[in-house]
This record gives sequence, structure tokens and C-alpha cells, in this order.
Amino acid sequence: MTAVVEIEHLSKAYQRGGQVVPVLQDITLTLQTGDFVALMGPSGSGKSTLLNLIAGIDAPDSGLLRVAGVDITGLRESELAQWRAEHVGFIFQFYNLMPVLTAYENVELPLTLTHLSRRQRCEHARLALDLVNLSDRADHYPSQLSGGQQQRVAIARALVTDPTIIVADEPTGDLDRVSAREILDLLESLNDSLRRTIIMVTHDQAAAECAHIVRHLEKGVLTDKIEYPRERAQA
Amino acid sequence: MIYLFRLIARNTLRHPLRTLLTVLGIVVAITAFGLLRTTVDAWYAGAEASSASRLIVRNKNSLTFPLPLYYGAKIRGIEGVDSVSAAQWFAGIYVDKKNFFPQFAVDPRTYFALYPEFVIPPEQMKAFLLDRRGAIAGRKIVEKFGWKLGDQIPLIGTIYPGTWSFVLRGVYTGANSRTDETQFFLHWDNLNETLKKVAPDSANQVGIFLVGLKNAREAPLVAQRIDAQFRNSRAETLTETEKAFQLSFVAMTEAILLVIQAVSFLVIAIIMAVMANTMAMTARERRREYATLKALGFPVRFIAALIIGESLFITCAAGALGAWLIHPAAAYVGRKYGTIFPIFNVSDDTVVMAMLATLLVGLVAAAGPALQASTRTVSEGFRAAG
Repeated sequence: MTAVVEIEHLSKAYQRGGQVVPVLQDITLTLQTGDFVALMGPSGSGKSTLLNLIAGIDAPDSGLLRVAGVDITGLRESELAQWRAEHVGFIFQFYNLMPVLTAYENVELPLTLTHLSRRQRCEHARLALDLVNLSDRADHYPSQLSGGQQQRVAIARALVTDPTIIVADEPTGDLDRVSAREILDLLESLNDSLRRTIIMVTHDQAAAECAHIVRHLEKGVLTDKIEYPRERAQA
Repeated sequence: MIYLFRLIARNTLRHPLRTLLTVLGIVVAITAFGLLRTTVDAWYAGAEASSASRLIVRNKNSLTFPLPLYYGAKIRGIEGVDSVSAAQWFAGIYVDKKNFFPQFAVDPRTYFALYPEFVIPPEQMKAFLLDRRGAIAGRKIVEKFGWKLGDQIPLIGTIYPGTWSFVLRGVYTGANSRTDETQFFLHWDNLNETLKKVAPDSANQVGIFLVGLKNAREAPLVAQRIDAQFRNSRAETLTETEKAFQLSFVAMTEAILLVIQAVSFLVIAIIMAVMANTMAMTARERRREYATLKALGFPVRFIAALIIGESLFITCAAGALGAWLIHPAAAYVGRKYGTIFPIFNVSDDTVVMAMLATLLVGLVAAAGPALQASTRTVSEGFRAAG
């Protein structure tokens, strides 16, 4: 196992109404390739901020943040965008699909940033849709899909570029119980069968139990760590 | 790149009613802009169509004061003068005051030789010359009033009292699109003979002399010679080129022209504000999508191109339609108000200006939202989207 995310003494604060509000304080964390990590904590604890920092869509104030061996705190915005395209797959709470694109087009979209040919892009996108069992809905627009189906399209989009890490921010937060279970099963299966590194922010204990590492944040500080045996997660 | 155009095209049609209303607004604005610019051009049409080889001699005091007929012979003898003709403003009313068209009493033999742009069939010219009550009218007014050759045309005199009846003997057409086809010509001799009987003091006088030059480049010199000839006389003259003469009429209404020009630019400013509001609403609604695209790794220029592209797509499509509509709209105005604006042609400059204005509207409207969407970080974008 190799370290895919290395965080040392990471801090982040926001300016609010002229006041500096610390969000993350002295975070040190290492995640290995193939880990499925759930970040939990009350609202405002900094879990989404930590996820955003790992995904390279926000910048820390201090500390070291290395993902797949790259110190992303030193990258310029344009370099960071390119890095995200290559290394990060995103799953959002509200799916964030492009409403004017079909399911297939939404999945193909990140591939347009690669050097793949049109045929290769088509193959990859079809395969990703197949993985989330939505091949038959490829030509449907997001508005023609249920919430669970939209989230599966979003997962296919996150997978399609074969990223180093997948970050999921409350991926079941907008779904009913049945759909949420389907999404969690899908994430588990991706982690188990494809060895994807998944970092998931969630409020939901049931969702967190799908992960095999659960980290809690309290007021911007990492507190306890719970590790579940991989077999239990699979069970 | 394919996805950029696909997103632009589909985003444009996302709110069909909003897009349609915006397009309609731009079409109306660009057509109005074109019509207003064409109106300004129409004002200058007389000056633009004037010949550099012709001078106009008028009374120095005012155009309303006549010049003695015998000045013509003296002018003919001045160095540099090739030919001389005379004309008198008639100002008759045809049936109703609203049926205005310019009427001139002229010496037909010399006048039409000076104005080759008035094309008259030879047999019609012959018929006109043989009939002292004859008249020649421009194609546009003949069509407007449905006249035919041989028709009696009554004019109620405003300068020269009484009802005057003329027989239409000829119809002239313009040699080019800039020629005024709304004028009406009658025999000066006929007018003068009548004046000799009813108002002898007004006889043997003309409103202006028209001077043909041997060499157009000598115009200033010949004008000086003519004015010098009549200095300290009973009726001093003011000689100027035909263009300057025409522009002196334009100068009288310069304030109106300035207002029309200002309104034409105001129309563009208003539609710019409307379009900017549309693009601001659009960008605000799509903050989450822009943030998502950025998170996926799309560069800032892609987001900016999405917004600018959509704005240009709407404005250019609407602008092209508006610019195309200027022509039929101007043709309608030209037909309807042909006697007020004898030349109402849409110039290439007007079309180019309309398209440039369209482009400007598209770019300015998108600039703010594009800049905001580009400079906002991903997390700021998601926070702003709520």
C-alpha cells in the first residue's frame, strides 16, 4: 500500500465580517491507495473544507498537502485545474450534472480534457455508464432521470477519467433511503473491485459504515479514528 | 471545442421565451438604429448627390430674395463658366398640403443639360418643350399619385396666387440611386409670362442661377469672380458649390440631426443594458454549473467562452436579422415618406455600424458575468450557488 494523500499540519481559516474564523487546525492525515474514508462531524466542523483542500478546489493557509506525490499547494490555478482533471473524480450532493447534456454526454464531458480520440472517449463513457448500470439511459437528460440515477451518472462521470482519488461530498444527502443504499453499494463495489480511493463526507452513520476508515472532525480538529475491517464493509 | 459549441447552443435555448424576447428586443433596436442612421443619411443625400462641377448663385441677403434675370447673361460671360441656367421655387399645393413635393420653374433647354442625372425619354422631352403648360415629374411622385402622361395636374400657388394647371408631358428617372425622383419641373417662361400680366414687379426674376463649370477645380475662383461681378449692385450674390448650398439647408436642422444621432446611440445603450441584465441573470442561475466545470478541470477561459459565446450567439443572430430588416423597413419608409426623404437608401456603412453595434452589445453584456464567473474560485462558486 502506498500513501496517496499526505497531509501535515494543515490549517485553513476564512475571513467572515472582518473576523478570522479558523476552520481547520493542524490537520495531519495519511490515506493509502484503495482506502475508503468517511469524514464525519457536525456542521461547521470543517469536513467539507478538508475534502475541498484534498480535491484541490480550495487552498490551505499553511501545511503540507501532497496527493499522489504532488504538492498541490504549490500549483497555480491553471495547473491545479489540469491536475484535478487528471487525478480527481467528483461526486456532489446535488449531482451537479449539466442539465443540457444527456447522461452519456455528461460522462464524456471530462474526457474532452484528455487527449483521447472521439472513439476512445465513446468507449470509456459507455463502459462507465455500464459500470453504474445506466447504459439504457445514455440518451436521457438529467431531468428525465431519478435522483438515484442522476447520482449514478455523476459517479460514472467521476470514474471515467480513471482518477487517483474520488471525492464525494454527501453523495446520499439528497436521496431517499433506497436510492441512497444503491449509491453506497455502488461506491463500495467500486472501492472493492476496482480499488478506487474514495474520500466521502457524510452525516449519515449508515453511509459512514460503508467506509472502512471513519475520521471525525470537531471544530476543525481531527479527533477519533475508527477502522472497520474490509471484510465487514464487504459484508 | 465541440462541447463548448454544444453547451452554448443548448444553453441559448434553455429559456426559449427569455431568449425570444431578448432576440426581439435586439432586432427592434438594431432595425431602429439602422432606420435612424438612414434618416441622418437621407438628410445629407442632397449634398452627397450634388455635382462638384456646378455652382449655385443666389441673393446674398436671403434665398427668399430673387435675382434679376439679366444676371444670367453676365454670369455666362465670366471666365470659367461653361453654362448657366435658372430656376424658381414654385411652392404649389397639389390637392392637399400633405402632398408636398418640390416644384421648380426652369428653363428646360439649359436646365436639363446641366442635370444629366435626370433621365428623360427624348420624345417626352420634345413634348415638354413644345407645351408651355407642360411639366416633367420624377418617377416616385408619378407612381405615388398615379399620374399618367397627358394628365392635368392642378397646383394651388402659395407664392404665386391662383390655381395653376399643368399637363404631364414627361417622367424622369434617376441615373443612379442617389438621384432625387420626387421633383416637379415646369416652364419658367410660362410662369414669367403670367407674372408679367398679374404682378409685373415679380417678372423677369429668378430664385437661383445654376452654373456649369468648365473645370470643377476652379469652383472657388469662379464663385469669387461671380460675386465680385455683382458687388455693390442692387442684388449682391452669394455663389457656392452645389454641395455647400445643400449643406446650408442641412445646417438649418442640425439640432434635429444631433437628436436623431443621439437617439440612435441611446437605442444601442438601452439594448446593451437589457442584454447585460439577461446575461447577468443567466450567469447567476448557472453558478453551480460553472463551479462544477471548473472543479472537473475546465480552464477559466472555457467558462468565459461559454458566457461570451452565448451572449454573442444571441446578439449576432438577432443583430443579423435586425440588420437585414433595415432594408425592407427603409423601403417602406422611403415609399411612405418619399417626398420628405426622396433618397432613403440604407448605406453599407449603416449595415456595418449595426453589426458592429451588435457585436459590442454582445461583448459588453457578457463582460461582467464572464469576469465574475472566471475570477470566482470553485468553492466560492458553490457557496454562491447555495
